[in-house]
Amino acid sequence: MSSQFSVVGSPVKNVQLLSHVTGATQYVDEISFPGMLWVKAVRSPVARGRIKKIDTSKAEKLPGVVRIITAKDVPNNIHVNMAGIGIGPPDEPVLPESEVNYKGEAICLVVAKDEETAAKGAQLVEVEIEELPPVLDMEEALKPGAPVITKWGINAFIYGSGMDGATRPGRPGRPFFLVKRGDVEAAFKRADYVVEGSYLIPPIEHAPIEPHVCVAKPEPGQRLTIYTTTQAPYFVRDNVATILKIPASNIRVVAPAVGGGFGGKVDPEFEMQVAVAAMCVGRPVKWRWTREEEFTVSTTRPAVKIEIQDALSSDGLILGRKARLLHDSGAYTRTSPYGVIKATVNLSGPYQIPNVYYEGYCVYTNRQPSSAMRGYGVFEVSYAVELQIERDARKLGIDSWEFRFKNAYKNGQVSATGRLIDDAYLIEVMKEAAALAGVSLPSHLLQMSSWG
Amino acid sequence: MGVKGEVAKLRGRGIAAICYPTGMNLGGDPSQTVIVAQPDGTFVVNVASVELGQGLRTVLAQIAAEAIGASVEDVEVRFGDTQLAPHDTGTFASRTTHRMGNAIIKAGQEVRQILLDVASKILEVSPQDLEIRNGKIWVRGVPDKSLTVREVASQAQFVYNTPVVGKGHYVKPKSLVDPDTGESDPHSTMAHGCVVADVEVDTETGEVTVLQLVTVYEVGRAINPKLVEGQIIGGAVMGLGAALRETVYPRYPQLTHQTTSFREYVLPTAGDVPKIIYKIVESPTQTGPYGAKGVGEMVANGIAPAIVNAIYDAIGVQITELPITPEKVLKALREKH
Repeated sequence: MSSQFSVVGSPVKNVQLLSHVTGATQYVDEISFPGMLWVKAVRSPVARGRIKKIDTSKAEKLPGVVRIITAKDVPNNIHVNMAGIGIGPPDEPVLPESEVNYKGEAICLVVAKDEETAAKGAQLVEVEIEELPPVLDMEEALKPGAPVITKWGINAFIYGSGMDGATRPGRPGRPFFLVKRGDVEAAFKRADYVVEGSYLIPPIEHAPIEPHVCVAKPEPGQRLTIYTTTQAPYFVRDNVATILKIPASNIRVVAPAVGGGFGGKVDPEFEMQVAVAAMCVGRPVKWRWTREEEFTVSTTRPAVKIEIQDALSSDGLILGRKARLLHDSGAYTRTSPYGVIKATVNLSGPYQIPNVYYEGYCVYTNRQPSSAMRGYGVFEVSYAVELQIERDARKLGIDSWEFRFKNAYKNGQVSATGRLIDDAYLIEVMKEAAALAGVSLPSHLLQMSSWG
Repeated sequence: MGVKGEVAKLRGRGIAAICYPTGMNLGGDPSQTVIVAQPDGTFVVNVASVELGQGLRTVLAQIAAEAIGASVEDVEVRFGDTQLAPHDTGTFASRTTHRMGNAIIKAGQEVRQILLDVASKILEVSPQDLEIRNGKIWVRGVPDKSLTVREVASQAQFVYNTPVVGKGHYVKPKSLVDPDTGESDPHSTMAHGCVVADVEVDTETGEVTVLQLVTVYEVGRAINPKLVEGQIIGGAVMGLGAALRETVYPRYPQLTHQTTSFREYVLPTAGDVPKIIYKIVESPTQTGPYGAKGVGEMVANGIAPAIVNAIYDAIGVQITELPITPEKVLKALREKH
């Protein structure tokens, strides 16, 4: 058998296997420079509050503490991580000026000669906060009269469907993203059965082996090199340039081998703070997050609640679907509008549903910002849709393989967003899975294909 | 359960069928690369993508070697440095094999053409009469009239005054969106999967044991089947954790009991991993490098729904809120009776 390829399709051994298993691979934590200082954060003890006073006098007197960094030290404090892909407006401070919006939010940074001294210094900073009632539940957050935690007066993202900050704001109450196709009301009128379900995925931690670690090293001529555990070096570069107000080309970002990310290292969530600290002190600065910070401060998979109603015919077809998706962005925007769009456009799953009405809401609550995690948007949708499919099949009394085959999308059909489907392969994959699991599918299913 | 005659352990089977898009939703996420020959005739592929342990360096080296016609041992992928590599959006959204792979093919094809032109001068034949594959260049039909890619790439620089550099770029232009209907072209291509989970539920303790996961994934083309296998196993374990154990807010939406360490946040470990049977199938996509689709994320997505459906099959109650802890199972069983 000769392949059309010489090396594509071969199980070539991972080129880094030997260095990984012998411990020779170099990670960011192994990077160190003479005169390097360390950072620790003073973090908010409350989920929501007004900062009345930050007293750094005791911390400053601790031998080895070099500098305390606050919002005043950040040239351009308010930013939004994904400005480069059209998400706006800027809503997140590098360091908060007057209010905190989640427990663990960094209020100020202590730069010291070593990690222990920085941690001790952070404990000596006295912060006076007036605690405010937090918004934690997505449904509560959307209700009129809920405490508002965004700058635009509603706890939901409203800036148009194109992820473009320049787009005119939508009406409050209108979902941020809508998918409409066919005549969903007529489909529900015609339905023999309507099946409803509500599904929830709570926040999940990425838990990579390697926590977040960053070293920022000032270079001559307003330049900066940042060694960091990122999945997106150019995102880091652009965001740091924005908040430091220096040209992006002055910044070099290096991501050596990264010890797992799973989406948790897409957001530049701490590099900006390290960069500010390094520029303020003019020396290399390192910050190494603890596992506790990974759990309580770093992004999580968003909590996503999905309500689905399916209009079914007694012969086993999904005539129409209504769905409402709430995505818990946490306290700030990050990548969430993107995640909501990705989720909402995929609410049909791999099925052909001719009449749909899908609403996607990006909701703000007082918890650590959520962001990308393996399968972003679609992980949550696949969960809800496959549980709903099982409910539908049971309601109809149809075998769940049969129900999936009957409704599987095929090439030549059109998706919920009007895209021509040209690479469907679900029916073939289901046949393989059934065979591998020892299921004998009836011949009428085995005769089906994704091409007609 | 204390109900007379009821078996303490119930078994069930559940299915999940999924699809997963490759690359950033709506597109607009470019990748760019430059391939440069070294003086000894080996090649460096410069990318700003990131090696996260998934084996990106190996996969991209295979794509580059295939496109150039070089031996894969002669290709080194250097990654993760904005000073050395042109712009890449990043390593997420199952995008790197597809987006950067396409960019590398274009760059590799430029390099291949340069090599063929130089070899045609050395061998005094037309470039169209040359074959290049796996580190060798030879005159078609005359296999003993051959050169190594390394010596051609080296001689190009030292004798023929020719830079051996290839550049490549790939972007799916960003789709417009109709704000009233969501009409858009969000996907570059769709990969597919199906998971069949078998579980056993202990009705006295509420404990769920996953006995077996059967998984089939359609990945377009598996550039490196061994590394796809790594993703499949890792994804299955991550999905298992999401299904049965993991959340940082066990009382979501309340903040109480927030996890702070692996003492409370108990990830699955080797002993929890069930038998995983898997199969990779291929349906090459027009848009992908050698037909490849993204695989890194999809493999986590079908596991939790298949397990939850299997628990539904076993106990007759569908629990809808993850993770499916023993408490939730016992509560569901109690409410059923």
